[in-house]
Amino acid sequence: MNNEIKPFTVSVYTENSIGLLNRISAIFQRRHINIESINTSVSEIPGVSRFTILVEVTEEQIKKIIGQIEKQVEVIKAYYHTDEQTIYQESCMIKIKSSVLLENQKVQNLIKDNGARIVTANKEFFVIEKSGRKSEIDQLYRDLSHYGIMQFVRSGRIAITKDEMKITEMLSAFYQ
Amino acid sequence: MHTQTLKKEKSESVKSERITGSEAIIRCLLAEGVNTLYGYPGGAIMPVYDELYKYQDKIHHVLTRHEQGAVHAAQGFARISGKVGVAMATSGPGATNLVTGIADAQIDSTPVVCITGQVASHLLGSDAFQETDIVGISTPVTKWNHQITKASEIPEVFAKAFYIAKSGRPGPVLIDITKDAQFEEFDFEYQKCTGVRSYKPYPKVDEKSLKEAAELINKAKKPMVVWGQGVILGKAEEEFKAFIEKAGLPSAWTILGASAIPNSHPLNVGMVGMHGNYAPNLLTNQCDVLIAIGMRFDDRVTGNLQTYAKQAKIIHFEIDPAEVNKNVMVDTPVLGDVKVTLSEIMPMLNENSHDGWRAEFQRLYDIEFKKIIEHDLYPTKDGLTMGEVLKEVNLQTRGMAAIVSDVGQHQMIACRYANFNVSKSNITSGGLGTMGFALPAAIGAKMGAPEREVVAIIGDGGYQMTIQELGTIFQTKVPVKILVLNNEFLGMVRQWQQLFFDKRYASTEMINPDFVTIAKGYHIPAQKVTKREDLTAAVKEMIECEGPYFLEVAVEKEDNVFPMIPSGASVSDIRLE
Repeated sequence: MNNEIKPFTVSVYTENSIGLLNRISAIFQRRHINIESINTSVSEIPGVSRFTILVEVTEEQIKKIIGQIEKQVEVIKAYYHTDEQTIYQESCMIKIKSSVLLENQKVQNLIKDNGARIVTANKEFFVIEKSGRKSEIDQLYRDLSHYGIMQFVRSGRIAITKDEMKITEMLSAFYQ
Repeated sequence: MHTQTLKKEKSESVKSERITGSEAIIRCLLAEGVNTLYGYPGGAIMPVYDELYKYQDKIHHVLTRHEQGAVHAAQGFARISGKVGVAMATSGPGATNLVTGIADAQIDSTPVVCITGQVASHLLGSDAFQETDIVGISTPVTKWNHQITKASEIPEVFAKAFYIAKSGRPGPVLIDITKDAQFEEFDFEYQKCTGVRSYKPYPKVDEKSLKEAAELINKAKKPMVVWGQGVILGKAEEEFKAFIEKAGLPSAWTILGASAIPNSHPLNVGMVGMHGNYAPNLLTNQCDVLIAIGMRFDDRVTGNLQTYAKQAKIIHFEIDPAEVNKNVMVDTPVLGDVKVTLSEIMPMLNENSHDGWRAEFQRLYDIEFKKIIEHDLYPTKDGLTMGEVLKEVNLQTRGMAAIVSDVGQHQMIACRYANFNVSKSNITSGGLGTMGFALPAAIGAKMGAPEREVVAIIGDGGYQMTIQELGTIFQTKVPVKILVLNNEFLGMVRQWQQLFFDKRYASTEMINPDFVTIAKGYHIPAQKVTKREDLTAAVKEMIECEGPYFLEVAVEKEDNVFPMIPSGASVSDIRLE
């Protein structure tokens, strides 16, 4: 097995239950593995939640972690994927002074060239939003930081796999 | 909670009735067949206790002297009866006192349902009097837990809790109930749970893996089985016996696997692990096929993983998919309940006897006997050994007793020398190693199987961790036999200090009280033995006593338990001295 440490995206389909985040994060915590990012949301199935967790570990470690996650009573199914097997995005919001944007053509170009969009604008500040790979967001942050950033926030990774995940079939089997 | 995620037992005439949450809790317990529960009352659980008063002819509530005692008693009850044990406590300290027992039940896969009272829902999160986040605290050590804030949730949560606790790989479940939910009235109806959408307790059996396993076993020249508690939990003792007998497989056990087949069975080659037998430990690194059944390759069993059975093909029969390849990489996993998988593999197996290979186990046993067992069971020095006390217990109980042992040297000696002739005879704290386990667990075990002789074997250290449960024994008159092997040391720690810390006995010597007087203070007949010539009569008196009995035996102060695999060493490096 490949023992190289690399990013894995973990997708966990779960019942929508209080306390499950605690159970899942504890699985990483007791193995001393840092969660790079975590996102929970509804999934394509009504009543079923989806966790998207980004960790950097070996494949041997991630396989064992998946086993422990699936062992939780309210976890329906867990998967792990490499970057190549997923389409993934992050999102960020950046707040900058209105004067910076209005007085500096370079800032306007940065927003335009990076495919970012202006969410809101008023006399004091602008808020721009960008979705993309982590590296793209990092680059925009670095570029804008020269002009002064009032606030910055970035979401966890969200990802969709290229392969099918047959959760619906799995759930329908329960009712037969 | 989402009702659509549960499957419920079909019931044609479910009638609803308007009752309080507290009464609903009792009705749920009755519906699940609970007739005994262990607990300790307090403010946040008082409505339930008030209802218990009404139902005392149907449910026997055992008032333990500490909540830890309640959950260990529930564990003892569950381990010997195969049913779900139930423990109850109030909020705050009552709930946190359960945690050690819950953790013990989790690691030893014991089906237990713990019920805790909680402050009223409007006070949650306000640091109210005796409020703790017991759901948060118990999350890492429960199979499942849930907080109820509305009485209407009670039937469904209880049904789910019992189903989860006992199905698949069993484990502890905790239900926390706010005080207002206990008072609230609602229309009660109860249906047992038969399935949870996200929970698959019994993995699908794969025909291909069974064939692969059978092929490996049929081709093996030097096969060896290591079985664990999965055989007992799966009620697969008969299937297991038929399996090893057909293929002629020498079979060793982990501590929790003990008693699944009798020690006297010709294919039973003893215990593996740190203080297990010489032959199965050494030959783990010589066998060509290692067949693990319902065991989890605990580090106390494997020693150094880098050198564990590297020469062997490994087959793993296991119900919990997360255990496969967790510690040891296996060649052929066979997922499923062992009762099913062992039955299904039988027609694929060739009959065999492996006489030559089995003789090697006997040869090594003879070496261990001369070096260790003879000294332990037939000592020539003046001091009494723990082994000879166990031999006496075997004789007086004809090897039919359920042995409930605590943690330490006496535990290893009990596991090594007790005659286990009946399944579910070794009740001990395996994975967590919880000192204080045995006295309360013995109470539960005797109540779970009143027809059986239950002997608690306890060291002087562990005894004092839950000694207050003598009060429970006195009050309930439960006829457990308590045998304290007193070496005036925390013996196992002292042994390590002797072997690995230059005999620096830091805080391991115990100045003990007069245990006999304490037992008599609880009106339990008691005596102490210090001489070999008094041992037989004393053990006889203990066993023949109709009620509870306390026997203290003063044993050698600085005896060691051997064989021993030093921590982190290879199983091949097992030491005989």
